[in-house]
Amino acid sequence: MYEHNGEKYFVVDSHMHYWNAGPDNWVPGAEQYAKGWIECFHAYQSLAPKETHWPIEKFMSYTEDDLMKDVFSDGYVDVAVFQPTYLKEWYKEGFNTTEKNAGLGEKHPGMFVLNTRFDPRDGDAGLDELKANVERYGSKGVKLYTAEWNDGSRGYKLTDPAAYRYLEKAQEYGIKNVHVHKGPTIWPLDKDAFDVSDIDHAATDFPELNFIVEHVGLPRIEDFCFMATQEPNVYAGLSVVIGGLMAARPHFFGKVMGELLFWVGEDKMTFGSDYGIWEPKWQIEGFVDWEFPDLPEFADYPRLGVEGKKKILGLNAAKLYDLKVPDELQLRDAEPAAQDDAKLVTQ
Amino acid sequence: MLSALDLVRDPELDEPITTLGFVASCHVSAAGDVVVRLRLPTYFCAPNFAFLMVADAYDVLAALPEVRTVDVTLEDHFAAAQINAGVAARAGFVAAFDGEAADELDELRRTFVSKAMLAGTDQVCRPLVATGTDPDALARLTLGDVPPSADLDRLRRRRAELGLRSDDGAALLVDPATGTPVAAAGVPQHLGFARLTRTGIEANTGICRGMLQHRYAGAGAGEEGPG
Repeated sequence: MYEHNGEKYFVVDSHMHYWNAGPDNWVPGAEQYAKGWIECFHAYQSLAPKETHWPIEKFMSYTEDDLMKDVFSDGYVDVAVFQPTYLKEWYKEGFNTTEKNAGLGEKHPGMFVLNTRFDPRDGDAGLDELKANVERYGSKGVKLYTAEWNDGSRGYKLTDPAAYRYLEKAQEYGIKNVHVHKGPTIWPLDKDAFDVSDIDHAATDFPELNFIVEHVGLPRIEDFCFMATQEPNVYAGLSVVIGGLMAARPHFFGKVMGELLFWVGEDKMTFGSDYGIWEPKWQIEGFVDWEFPDLPEFADYPRLGVEGKKKILGLNAAKLYDLKVPDELQLRDAEPAAQDDAKLVTQ
Repeated sequence: MLSALDLVRDPELDEPITTLGFVASCHVSAAGDVVVRLRLPTYFCAPNFAFLMVADAYDVLAALPEVRTVDVTLEDHFAAAQINAGVAARAGFVAAFDGEAADELDELRRTFVSKAMLAGTDQVCRPLVATGTDPDALARLTLGDVPPSADLDRLRRRRAELGLRSDDGAALLVDPATGTPVAAAGVPQHLGFARLTRTGIEANTGICRGMLQHRYAGAGAGEEGPG
């Protein structure tokens, strides 16, 4: 919970990690990828305020104590949602696995949501693993990393027939939320994830699943917004947006937030710190304090008030994951407008 | 040499590789042998974009009459060896990434020029809207009606690259895919897309600049300060 100016915010960090990217976990022969990958991640941390930068050694393998302190004790987070990323071609035990996250989750009941993942290229064995993970950890969400290397393949799309089969099964097993990494371009070649049209198709064909587009497709936010306006079950995951822009590029942060508020709206945006890339503390404090710069170029964007910030920082994600929110942290006027009111507004 | 390299743009950011700081060094010998080293914001920058920039740099330098040989090398990138060998051999992207890439990059390039055109539309139209030009009036304007500016010149160049009309008589607002003029009713949405596209490109440029500054201490050849 974060309290500021008499307002209390229920905070759900809907996108964070517990990884091991240290040399002890590098696959022999793939060390340059394991190393290059984590160094690339580490460079992103440089976009945070200077006093929160870590040395690369800590960044590769931060500890349980680091995480609990940074996210919960110092970071105001009420519930954190783990989003696993495997990368097993480079990291022996996986970069950030369901099991590693679950180890922490089981030690601290109620503090974590344990999402799992799948890769449609893993065939029947992958479906069995997904089912087992859902049953064991109660996962309601999956994180999909469409650019992952897998046995010679450099990526997949949600529209691949195998992915559809997985989405159907995932839904049957109890998955509700599909977090898809559509972020800064990294390694895939012409399978580069630069368009989000596969989300568009899948969201239409699976109306009962929620698709949370992590990093809002940055750096191609325009493709995401064009698509998200049409799909009621598509959400904007703000990890990287806040962590990567709010401190380093505040002017563009305002514009990106403005566009997201204009096209997607405050009811469909979720906060995620992307820990351990960035700590949640400065992001939450900065976001609650944030206002549009008083400049004409920001004038035509929808304003974001305290209620909107409460939704984005936690209430929207709480709804997606059926999390219990204490009464005092709910919105004061949570009742929807009556039909008559709605008519007056549109007439 | 640097002014030739000014013509090479990051396809996605629509900005020269020189001002972005991607040119680590550029040397030319008295005999006309050019050696250029390129660098990018991260080890994992998309190889298709990287390939375009290395190949374009090679082409603009090789076209200069005073140049005898050209050596353009991308440094510190996971696919540097494949890209450098592919460009040096004048092979296409598919050949350079045998078995990993299915398409040449013309379509990719066109996609980004379309976006650059939309972003340029926002740059040109924003001052007009600020002075009270309404959607009906915007839909009637031609390129020749717009006061001259660097932004307008750039918009004309991007339209020409897409094979769209860029002469004075051409409509100011056109669909980037078809060149069809935008009707008055569609103007607000068209301008919304234009503004959004510009925001995307600018936010991306901001991230790339931040990453590059963190990665390399010194400025690149021809680099401009943070935007």
